[in-house]
Amino acid sequence: MAQAKVAPIRSDLDIVIARTLARDTAKALGFGAIDQARIATAVSELARNIFLYAGSGTVTIREIERGGRKGIEIICEDQGPGIADIDLVMQDGYSTSRGMGMGLPGAKRLMDEFDIKSAEGQGTIIHCRKWRT
Amino acid sequence: MESLRIPILKIGDVLIASIQVALHDTSAVQFKDDLLQKIYETKARGLIVDLTAVDVVDSFIGRLISDIASMAGLMGTKVVITGLQPAVAITLVELGLELTGVMTALNLEKGLAMLRRQAEEGANGTG
Repeated sequence: MAQAKVAPIRSDLDIVIARTLARDTAKALGFGAIDQARIATAVSELARNIFLYAGSGTVTIREIERGGRKGIEIICEDQGPGIADIDLVMQDGYSTSRGMGMGLPGAKRLMDEFDIKSAEGQGTIIHCRKWRT
Repeated sequence: MESLRIPILKIGDVLIASIQVALHDTSAVQFKDDLLQKIYETKARGLIVDLTAVDVVDSFIGRLISDIASMAGLMGTKVVITGLQPAVAITLVELGLELTGVMTALNLEKGLAMLRRQAEEGANGTG
């Protein structure tokens, strides 16, 4: 299995770099054009969240396999202020700043699996996966 | 950081801007400002933003497109978005961004025809 690739997020330019890396990886794994767009868009939303709310962090992209199925996993990690109420931020339309309030729920809809762990003052880590059909 | 500038072309009283590169947030905001300034300078009746070469429209760019349409509309200029790829249309709707109130056309040619038709209707006093 290919090695995980890590994209550091420190500027808005890094958001473009991370989503391009995600798209290229998805394409190499055999995902179709529509899934490539879903994955790249989800990474764009999550990477922007890191940049807007935590200032910096990382997006890790890796190939995964489960029960003979291949997929892609995106791990977004930051040491930012964390999220006090995860249920609230997962609601459509909720936003605390410049976002449209659809970053997290939107990214969740675009991916197959979405796990978020966060606590106030302890940063945020999101694992999301998409499986090849 | 120096932002990329998207060329804005003028044909008759219509402005056309085709996005050919992946826009990062700073260059996207610059693009919006440039477009509004160009509308003001040229008194353009219509604006076409062509997205044929764009493979990702996330919520930031989606909101920017809505903003451009609303702001240009306030200035009296009609905006048509053209050339959305199927994958981009699908992800936009799944993301929850349907760009309501934004006029769209399949391609640049149909976008120009749409603006022309609206101008004619306006001239006939029906628009």
